[in-house]
Amino acid sequence: MNLWREVKLVAGKDLRIEARSKVTLQQIVPFGMIVLLLFAFALDPDRGILRRVAPGLFWVTVLLAALLAVSRSFGIEADNGARDGLRLSGLDGPALFLGKAAALAIELLALEVVLTLVVVLVYGIHLNTWLPLTLATIAATIGVAATGTLYGVLAAGLRVRETLVPVLLLPVVAPVLLGATRAWEAAIDGIPSDAWPWVGLLGVFALLFTAIGMLAFGPLLEEA
Amino acid sequence: MTDPTASKRDDMRLLKPVVSTVLGWASLVAVVVLALFGLWGAPPDEVQSDAQRLMYIHVPAAWIAYLAFGVTALGSALWLWPRTRSSVWDRVAGASAEIGVIFTALTLILGSLWGRPVWGVWWAWDARLVTTAVLFFLYLGYLALRRIPTSPESRAKRCSIAALIAFVDVPIVHFSVNWWRTLHQQGTVFNEQLDAKIHGVMAFTLWFGVLAFTLLYVYLLDRRYRLLALDEDREDREVELAIAERVAAERPVGNVSSAPVGGSAQ
Amino acid sequence: MPHVVRLRAAVCLLGRFPALAGVDLDAATGEIVLLSGPNGAGKTTLLRLLAGLVPLYSGEASVLGVDLAVDRKSARRDLALVGHETFCYDDLTVRENLLFSARAAGRSAAEADAALERLGLTRQADVAHRRLSSGQRRRLAIAVAMSRDPRLLLLDEPHAGLDAEGREVLDAVVRAAPAEGRTVLMASHELEHARAMVTREVAITSGQAGVRHDAAPTPASPQPTSTPENVS
Repeated sequence: MNLWREVKLVAGKDLRIEARSKVTLQQIVPFGMIVLLLFAFALDPDRGILRRVAPGLFWVTVLLAALLAVSRSFGIEADNGARDGLRLSGLDGPALFLGKAAALAIELLALEVVLTLVVVLVYGIHLNTWLPLTLATIAATIGVAATGTLYGVLAAGLRVRETLVPVLLLPVVAPVLLGATRAWEAAIDGIPSDAWPWVGLLGVFALLFTAIGMLAFGPLLEEA
Repeated sequence: MTDPTASKRDDMRLLKPVVSTVLGWASLVAVVVLALFGLWGAPPDEVQSDAQRLMYIHVPAAWIAYLAFGVTALGSALWLWPRTRSSVWDRVAGASAEIGVIFTALTLILGSLWGRPVWGVWWAWDARLVTTAVLFFLYLGYLALRRIPTSPESRAKRCSIAALIAFVDVPIVHFSVNWWRTLHQQGTVFNEQLDAKIHGVMAFTLWFGVLAFTLLYVYLLDRRYRLLALDEDREDREVELAIAERVAAERPVGNVSSAPVGGSAQ
Repeated sequence: MPHVVRLRAAVCLLGRFPALAGVDLDAATGEIVLLSGPNGAGKTTLLRLLAGLVPLYSGEASVLGVDLAVDRKSARRDLALVGHETFCYDDLTVRENLLFSARAAGRSAAEADAALERLGLTRQADVAHRRLSSGQRRRLAIAVAMSRDPRLLLLDEPHAGLDAEGREVLDAVVRAAPAEGRTVLMASHELEHARAMVTREVAITSGQAGVRHDAAPTPASPQPTSTPENVS
């Protein structure tokens, strides 16, 4: 069976489970919204700071929510010996990786759409230029999804999985936070063309970690 | 008379005992000499005066922090590559990481102590300092992963892949932070003072510091490696013992026949 | 007859515990082999070793011609394991789980539906996995295995939790295996029931297979010595 069909099968499985259980919709999205709200409490909207730091807060919130999403993505594989099932299934490492990462990316993108609305309405920022913003967001999301899936499988099966993944993942995705925030700042408040170099960085990160994930997922799953 | 409990393996240490002892003394002497030069031998800096003397430890410590990280990554790669796979490389990677994290912490603390009198702040968002801070957290993650009790092969596989991911990430972090700071034009002020041209006794002291710390690093690596090797050897022998015990365990008298049983398949 | 399974002095560790401490075992195409023995003897580990899920510590092991010391993955395509867990997803229905398993193994939806019928789960097709009873889960696990059309079927205490009807369905599957070109290795505590179906039995104790307590064969004993290799 070719790679593309296998990827669709795996991503479809994860997304169907999400559609049934609605964990992203009912738990992770509210979590993101609450975090944005807490930031507003912490930073006092009246002093004009929120508007300026909105891009950074947005992306920090996305990263924190991504931790939950990664935990969920591998949580479903922890029950009923599903991990053994994946190993026995005959599906290849790259297909499993791309399928799970794709499903995770789609869930994160849905989350980001909601959070963007919150940030626009509540923090009061204006989105002027769409293209660099959208591309930066997509590239950043792919980078986070790929790295998250990679560390998710690395920690799969370990009892300390849920506290270990954040410690491993967050330092590695620091460049994504940096690049995405700068790209958003350029697109919103600054010179939009300044965003493109950062979009490039995010794209390189996304490609690199997708490649690493495709190579490493299979061997790591065997150890889980 | 050979010790029957001694390991028959030949990968229990990296250096011969003689070399290790000499190295240990040499690094101790070198560090003492470094201290003497750093505190008295080298002249105080024109601008920063005595605070600048911290550089003689800060820079060598930074060098070791990154060297140790490189060794961890190299050991991980050699372990992952099937043809060179050997527990030697996994132990080297683990030992190097433990030493590296200490030197990274030292680099950050000294950098902060140096920065305070010179720049007036405890921390500066310079690309090198920030990258070193991220390196510190990458080390911590790696060491947390190493602590988890699983089989040696399983742990080695997870840790080696984590180390290589981190290794690939560090240049990306450095590049992006550097870009970010130069865009803000604040990087140059700090860089000027970190890169201050030095010569004569000061330059000698700095390079001597790098040498002294490198000797210390290799010595510590060998010692830590030995401890890891002894640990694994003990575990291997416990496994052999457990297998022998199981084989000698209570067994049923006679055996179930191996001819076709009952009414066979139909 | 070609060997489907061949183990020599196989040792397998769970952590540091030697779950298998030197197993010799053979199985040829079309055989139905019963693995009997007390709890903790190593039957589950043996089946998981054959499925390539646990690494071989020492000894030789080959499954369907693949050397497990070198490659644990290739043989999985042609075998199926029915373990204590179903390998399914709680939020998906019976049919959806079966479809996933079948498609992953390169089989069609029709084969998944066929397995559904064969195991008598048609009425539960749209029930979510989390709502199944343990007997229904056991049937689903067997259906998942059969939807892959395996040449080697590894069953770990498959009768546990099944009602009378479930047992009939399972027994039918096992009995039909040789005719379908499948080999079956079944670990079970239901000795009387299982012995009626199998072609051979191997006792697993303390991580070893069929070891005799006394070394020399007694003259009164009409059977050949203990190692399963002597099966004619």
